[in-house]
Amino acid sequence: MTAISIAKRRVTEAPGPTRRRKHRSTTAPYWFIAPFLILFVAMLLVPIGYALYLSLFRSQIIGGQVFVGIANYVQAIGDSQLWTGVGRVLLYLVIQVPIMLALALFFALALDSGRVRGSRFVRLMLFVPYAIPGVISTLMWGYFYGHDFGLIAQIFRAVGLNPPDLLSAQNVLGSMMNISTWQYVGYNMIIIYSALRAVPVELYESAALDGAGQWRLAWSVKIPQVRNSILLCVVFSIIGSFQLFTEPSLLNPLSPVVINTSYLPTYYAYNLAFINQQSNYAAAVAFILGFSIMIVSYVVQVTTQRRALRG
Amino acid sequence: MKKRSAIITGVAGLAAAALALTGCSTGGNGTATGGATVTQAQITKAMNTHTTITFWDWAPGLDGEIAAFEKKYPKIKVDLVNAGQGGTEYTKLQAAVQAGKGAPDVVQLEYSELPSFVVSKSLLDLVPYGANSVKPLFTDGAWADVSQGASVYGVPQDSGPMVFMYRSDILASAGITSAPATWDDFLTDAATVKAKTGSYLADFGPTDPEQLVGLFQQAGAKPFAYDGKKTVTIDLTSAKVKSVADFLTKMFQSGDVATDPAWTNDWYQGFSKGQYAGWIVGAWGPDDLTGSAGNTSGKWTAAALPQWSAGQNSGGNWGGSADAVLKSSPNKIASYEFVKYLNSNATSAAELNSNPKSALFPTTISTLNSSAFTSQTADFFGGQAYNKVAASVSKTVNPSFQFIPYWNYAQSEWGDTVGKAITARGDIYTALQAWAQVLVTYGQQQGFTVKQ
Repeated sequence: MTAISIAKRRVTEAPGPTRRRKHRSTTAPYWFIAPFLILFVAMLLVPIGYALYLSLFRSQIIGGQVFVGIANYVQAIGDSQLWTGVGRVLLYLVIQVPIMLALALFFALALDSGRVRGSRFVRLMLFVPYAIPGVISTLMWGYFYGHDFGLIAQIFRAVGLNPPDLLSAQNVLGSMMNISTWQYVGYNMIIIYSALRAVPVELYESAALDGAGQWRLAWSVKIPQVRNSILLCVVFSIIGSFQLFTEPSLLNPLSPVVINTSYLPTYYAYNLAFINQQSNYAAAVAFILGFSIMIVSYVVQVTTQRRALRG
Repeated sequence: MKKRSAIITGVAGLAAAALALTGCSTGGNGTATGGATVTQAQITKAMNTHTTITFWDWAPGLDGEIAAFEKKYPKIKVDLVNAGQGGTEYTKLQAAVQAGKGAPDVVQLEYSELPSFVVSKSLLDLVPYGANSVKPLFTDGAWADVSQGASVYGVPQDSGPMVFMYRSDILASAGITSAPATWDDFLTDAATVKAKTGSYLADFGPTDPEQLVGLFQQAGAKPFAYDGKKTVTIDLTSAKVKSVADFLTKMFQSGDVATDPAWTNDWYQGFSKGQYAGWIVGAWGPDDLTGSAGNTSGKWTAAALPQWSAGQNSGGNWGGSADAVLKSSPNKIASYEFVKYLNSNATSAAELNSNPKSALFPTTISTLNSSAFTSQTADFFGGQAYNKVAASVSKTVNPSFQFIPYWNYAQSEWGDTVGKAITARGDIYTALQAWAQVLVTYGQQQGFTVKQ
């Protein structure tokens, strides 16, 4: 290996083939990024372009497809079903994301403090839910939530309490939040935990010399140091909330009247396209959603960064 | 701008070329040209050419029948795919049809769903392939379900004459020894059973329009019609619909029947634990319970539906499906011959329902009348000749019942309108009008002429 690389270096260092080297250096990078670029174009840009194209038409079962310009977007902006769904996502966002990230941060700090017994085991247990496919965990929780014979209801009855209906109109969004929190706490914990491991130990030492206890250390040294990782988790979680699909689609059969076809926006877009045969309108809805995600993530990023600069 | 339009034309050109290619390949292996009848020579040639037919069907246990067909026509292979049950399959099929590829040659479709695929011009008219020659083998009702004017879009595979199946042990402990004769009796019995045993006499889920539509059918209402072209009729205001709807409202408000969503784990547990003492369902119903409520086997009894007025003898239908051939299939002749063999060949048709795995309720007259079929006893029903009960019901089902050509949509909107009213035990008639309104608006948006 070393012999070959040395030989190669000699060749490239030789003054002769300068022109060739120049030529090579302009095309070679493209070859290296080609695998990514081809997939990126074929799997992302082309479908987005196609969806944009589709969203400018309207097709009817009788009468075929006609160009309608931005009519689908106008309809979507006035579509109360869509905005009710978006409202639910925002409610979900402001409740579930802070709870989940607070838990993730707490566990990460606890594990990092080195005071947890069997910390490796705890870390693994927290991460396991993330390793279970979302479909399976939703089905499992769906079984737990069953009102008559679900596990939770059975436990309530066993201790003589009246079980709550976890799939009712008031509770089902909370039940969904519980599933995603359970599933993603470990994932976010790992991101924050690995950032904590990268914090220079000298900082802790000097904080200790200044008389900081564990709590003070966590609050004034550790959290500011992993701020960027937390921000990353926030952005991921926002995007994840807008994309909630598995939960409504799999809990729908259990609570079909509450989780209707437009309960959450991505589920609504899916139903528009595949049940209602309105794929053009679904494309417009999907675009509006995409833009909403972009705007919300951007706003979060900008405001937190500003605060970081000020601080 | 110019560049972009060039790209679009390019894409369109490619698509057209792909279409032309598939068009070409259909020419060779069996297509009726211009509606003319396929000749025997063409059939013989097609059946002696190496062909693989892709067949989407969710009924279990069809392997024996397929093997028999492949034995008869050694050059034809049938590739059976379970693409999901009901809605799951339709969504996939709809997507494949729209994409122009990936659709099977033959597909199982419920009768309620058939018009939706007729209107999208996805199904092959089987008349030029000789479908009318098997018409006399089937019941009028089943044949009406696959016909649209002079065209035939499928061969019936099974049907779902509705029965009332109940736990005779639970009813007996409430002092009831025979099935309710009328719906008023049903309501009285439901109150008795609830009071004495705590069980519900039946469950009516909020997601199954077919269940209640079957009761409208039983009462002689015709809420839907479709002319096979552009005109759809939606009539949910007739006196017959109103009287059934008002009865349902009264029944739900009594609190003596359950309104839990069907097909959930909780629901299956409900049957297994005796929370539900009965079920109003198509003849295929018991198959859904033999597994998850197997512990109740032998305690059930089947009866015809309660009647809307004493002395009447009228039935309803819930479910049942046909096998249709896709227009896009390159193997049209072989595909038709296959669905014909599977569902109308005497041995194969008998096998469809006597095979305990598939247990499809027959649509052929010969099977319905055969003593081997009607005398068959069912362990699940404690040795009762279940087939005999369902077969006699199937003769009382009004054959001229139609669905609208966007039933999948109607189903999904049902939950938001009538389903909500069922769960909240509200007024069913009002909810039906809300449902009708949604269906009318959607129909108009989709270019249909909607009559009310």
